[in-house]
Amino acid sequence: MNTAAKQFVRDATRLSADLRHRGLIQTALGKYEVKRDEMKARFRDWERARQLAADTKWEAINHLDQYLDQFVRQLEARGTRVHWASSARQARDLIRGILAARGARTVVKSKAMTAEEIHLNEDLERAGFTVVESDLGEFIVQLRQEPPYHIVFPAMHLTRGEIKDTFETRLHDAPSDNPEELTMVARRVLRQKYVEADAGITGANFAVAETGMISITENEGNARLTAALPKTMITLLGIEKIVPRLEDLALLLPMLSVAGAGQLLSGYNTLYGGPRQPGEPDGPEEYHVVLLDNGRTAYLADAEQRDALHCIRCGACLNVCPIFRNVGGHTYGTTYSGPIGSVITPNLRGLPDWKHLSYASSLCGACTETCPVKIDLAHHLLQNRRNASRVKPSWWQKLAFKLFAPVANSQLLWRWLVTKGGRVGQVFHRLVLGTRLDPAYAWTRTRDLPPIAPQTFREWWRARQNGSAEAGDARNAAKP
Amino acid sequence: MNERENILGRIREALRFPARRPGSHGVTEGKTALPTVAERREVLPPVSSSFDEQVALFARNCAELRADFKLCRDADEATAELARLREAEGWSRIASHRGPQTERAVTSLGLPVLWTEGGYDKHELERCAAGITACDALVAQTGTVVVSTRTGGGRALNVLPPHHVVLATRDQLVPDLPAAFATLKERYGADYPSMISFITGPSRTGDIERILVLGAHGPKKLTILCV
Repeated sequence: MNTAAKQFVRDATRLSADLRHRGLIQTALGKYEVKRDEMKARFRDWERARQLAADTKWEAINHLDQYLDQFVRQLEARGTRVHWASSARQARDLIRGILAARGARTVVKSKAMTAEEIHLNEDLERAGFTVVESDLGEFIVQLRQEPPYHIVFPAMHLTRGEIKDTFETRLHDAPSDNPEELTMVARRVLRQKYVEADAGITGANFAVAETGMISITENEGNARLTAALPKTMITLLGIEKIVPRLEDLALLLPMLSVAGAGQLLSGYNTLYGGPRQPGEPDGPEEYHVVLLDNGRTAYLADAEQRDALHCIRCGACLNVCPIFRNVGGHTYGTTYSGPIGSVITPNLRGLPDWKHLSYASSLCGACTETCPVKIDLAHHLLQNRRNASRVKPSWWQKLAFKLFAPVANSQLLWRWLVTKGGRVGQVFHRLVLGTRLDPAYAWTRTRDLPPIAPQTFREWWRARQNGSAEAGDARNAAKP
Repeated sequence: MNERENILGRIREALRFPARRPGSHGVTEGKTALPTVAERREVLPPVSSSFDEQVALFARNCAELRADFKLCRDADEATAELARLREAEGWSRIASHRGPQTERAVTSLGLPVLWTEGGYDKHELERCAAGITACDALVAQTGTVVVSTRTGGGRALNVLPPHHVVLATRDQLVPDLPAAFATLKERYGADYPSMISFITGPSRTGDIERILVLGAHGPKKLTILCV
């Protein structure tokens, strides 16, 4: 096992037995589930809405060159400077360059997963800039020097007590562990930062090709302030954020809010089309948009999994995933966690190092079912497994299947070796069950091993055909 | 090398192979079918065509979002309501922008006013007790107020002061989100403001144990007075 896989197994083992952690996650997601279902039910037809949203993103992604070109031309026509970055390094260099050219020292940032993806904060801080995260959850994890725990709820894993302690040590200001008072501490601290900051950096939820606008969804108003007060505004976004028309947002905005936060519409859904225009009272003097590829065009070339680029980063698949709910967000060791992270990370960062995430799935399909833009996540996990075994086949798996194939292909061998042999074997298995001598120790250490049924379906069917169905049924009922 | 051409070139190369359509069981061909307004209306939450019921739906949504909504008989009642808020919250300084809806009502309060036209000092705006603005539309379906740099007095006026008061008119109420986008397109089609915001309730957060707290960064209170 490589380092990333070892770390995943170690943290997953620890956290799935951590009842306190589990309790926090269940409470947070329980509240989300109730609101999400309530809001879904307000839609006339949520299932049909998913199809329409998926169609919209399909159109955008499958004509990405045309829509991107239109988006950029529209933005530039109104004075926005657009930059293109093939890699994370290029994007970081570009942003540092813009800040340096503007003489900026302090930067206020609203939540952006693309910035996490390219490790922007560390880079800017190393270059001597002061970066303040303004989203409350991001602000808290930044104070703790942790990565966000969840795409949408960055501080979901922390109790109010832990947050109070963090504020006490880092801000010397924590009146109590009351969420309202803690929020007001952050409000006071951050207000000054907005007014003083030289530049604001945001992400984007959608990019409208038709009108050349970016759309940001939030609840706190921190992105609004980040885009209003500093003299320079920079938006970093992945090229896949495109939607064709402004009116497409009439559906996508409420769907993002419902799937992401259990709200019919989040507090602020804001469109930005440029810097301060003539006649406007405020807004940045300069607006820069940085378009990030960083592996996305390579992903686009995989027609089978291209729909993973439909993702609107709502986090709904994380919230329903039994793996995520047990192992938590940090265990993945990736920017994007949960099912979508397990699908895209191995393809973006390399199958050999990250294929283990494709196995972090029960294949229950809850992710596919909940995705508001119908990404076929559960199947993509299987495709990743297949692709990984093609890239680097495992000798023992190949051997195992070579031995298994003739047995499974022969009725006779199957009956004697597997069915009858299994029943006999299970009797002896009891002697070593759960001990280190047990060949199935990895399974039986923490799980039950169900007994092999006393009768196969074939045997039961034959008995039934012979008119002794009742006897057969009774026997099966007696030994479930 | 020009990164724009590099990236667009890689995209064109990648798209040579078609992708299966969502929910289609393997179909890759077919004409482009972006959803129409009618199709979106068939899936979004229903809204009655009666004006009174739309007002009632907007009011219900506001109550749920903890925004204050008041339907006023006339401009005088709205002005009286503003005066009541001034007393109740002890406003000493307010901010607004000039326009037919706001100017008369705001000056009638007899308080020092920061007008945002032509620029302002952001430190001063931060010290104002309330920001009073007009709007582009009210959306019954979601309880949303649509403001832009043109109707909301810029970008900061409607989000920096702790209380945002919206002065709206009855004809600004639209039934749903598709209608709101159609209104924006009709009004600004050729020349959009640099910012358009769909404001749904006061600023909120649930980042600490998913417990709702109002006024995370933006206004703690949102009041909508409709004449």
